[in-house]
Amino acid sequence: MIKVEGLTKRYARTVAVDNISFEVEKGQIVGFLGPNGAGKTTTMRVLTCFLPPTAGTASVAGFDVQEHPIEVKRRIGYLPESPPVYPEMEVTEYLEFTGKLKGIPSADIKKRVDEVLGRCAIGDVRDKLIGKLSKGYRQRVGLAQAIIHNPDVLILDEPTSGLDPKQIIEIRELLKSLAGNHTIILSTHILSEVEHSCERVIIISQGKLVAIDSVANLTNRLRGSESVALEVEAAAGSPNPSDVQVRLEQVAGVRSVVMKDSKDGRLTFEVESLQGRQIRADLARSVVNAGWNLSELRPVGLSLEDVFLQLTAAEKKGEAPAESEAAKQ
Amino acid sequence: MKLVFLICKKEFKSYFVSPIAYLLMAFFGLIFGFALYTATRDVVRMGFQAQMMGQSQPVNLNDMIIRPLLGFASTVSLFLIPMITMRLIAEEKKTGTIELLLTSPVKDIQIILGKWSAAMLLYLCILGMSVIDIAMLFAWGKPDWRPVLVAYLGLILQGGCLLAIGEFISTLTKNQIIAGGVTFFVCLLLWVLSWSTAFDSGATSQVVNYLSIVTHFENFAKGVLDAKDIVFYLSMIFFSLFITSRSMESLRWRS
Repeated sequence: MIKVEGLTKRYARTVAVDNISFEVEKGQIVGFLGPNGAGKTTTMRVLTCFLPPTAGTASVAGFDVQEHPIEVKRRIGYLPESPPVYPEMEVTEYLEFTGKLKGIPSADIKKRVDEVLGRCAIGDVRDKLIGKLSKGYRQRVGLAQAIIHNPDVLILDEPTSGLDPKQIIEIRELLKSLAGNHTIILSTHILSEVEHSCERVIIISQGKLVAIDSVANLTNRLRGSESVALEVEAAAGSPNPSDVQVRLEQVAGVRSVVMKDSKDGRLTFEVESLQGRQIRADLARSVVNAGWNLSELRPVGLSLEDVFLQLTAAEKKGEAPAESEAAKQ
Repeated sequence: MKLVFLICKKEFKSYFVSPIAYLLMAFFGLIFGFALYTATRDVVRMGFQAQMMGQSQPVNLNDMIIRPLLGFASTVSLFLIPMITMRLIAEEKKTGTIELLLTSPVKDIQIILGKWSAAMLLYLCILGMSVIDIAMLFAWGKPDWRPVLVAYLGLILQGGCLLAIGEFISTLTKNQIIAGGVTFFVCLLLWVLSWSTAFDSGATSQVVNYLSIVTHFENFAKGVLDAKDIVFYLSMIFFSLFITSRSMESLRWRS
């Protein structure tokens, strides 16, 4: 559905996107992941025909963005980073305007507007001025604008920024319900965002493609070793921190145990497993069998920063991600 | 064509949700009304004096009142037009809504024509304020209506020309104040160019004079419909809209 080959975009002094190639199949949800300034927005702007590429090609549904921009634009819905809304317009007025702009016949426009008002849960503000709406509502009006003409491809630049947790979940549900019929590319710098709603991830950093894989593969690859945070309750000086440390180190599959904290009678440890070992059950059994109170046991997630450091470091040194993680510490 | 109309409608409406349209209309109506008042007062006084000296002549309303008044309107429009055009594209660039327009299946030229025609409509509304005053002259006098129509055609063509130039300047920046300021400067410059033949009639001065927007209006004001003036205005409108579309395209390359 979307095909990008050797895409490069150079601004006056900087290279924003450097020779990126990828393909997206019909009906997929793809997460576009990267820190600020990685080139996510630029790539999206090229796909939406807002910016021409310096080199390389991009095509949507078989139409090249430079040869047939009108055909491409007809098939995409785009939500830029800040929703492109006119503050002096009412919500329905705005949606009718954008709908007609995107070629919906006048006869169908009312029906389509009602439909997207419902889908994006903005029916209760339909007669309000957009300028009076909160950021979250404005974001959803922007999203409604992107899906109003039922496009084949949805391109969303940080669709959940500025929303509260409940709204974020609603948007995720909405995106899931749209997948299948629509191909969706969404950019974000929040890893959990991608884990929740995307099937595939494209990671870029400093304009270069770092990784492109399914979410499951990528997280497995990065979480080859398990990291666990563990908290033991200690009453009246017992158990002794060093006793706990020794006992934890004896559990099979443990590579290292680091004591993080001990206050208010709580001892916190961070335990790392050897490559490919599951150690949580054994750790719990070991603590409980010693007669201590285990008050917390949770896997430590990898933040996007870790993913980046790992992936970019691996790119540079040609090492396995897990080892470069160790080298970092 | 449908899309041009759609954009025009949206743009025209947005003039009227802010005070700008009402302000410009009120401002123009007031100043034109005052000019009419002083012009008629002087004409009436002169008529009395002539009668007292025993040489009663019918007053020519066209020459004495309408022509200078509409000439004055053409000058006032130089001040109004920057205020109409400054927001056209600059505001969209500032708020980011330009991204919506440029990623919708709309051609650049449709956006430009839509916005220009909305500005034209507002300009017509503003000129409409003067029609009230001129109509009063028709109610109490018998001016010839044909030169009046020609003069209005001149005002419309001149306005269309300056609005197109203003729209072009509005594509160059995202700051409305700069867009308005530069447009105002260009309008003044196009006016001042007409002074070049005041004391000098060399070839260069003639060319410079020809380029002035105001020079071509003078014929219209006299009630003379000359093809060369119409061609000048139409080609200026066409040229300005063309460079606007070039500038819109270069937005993509520059941003």
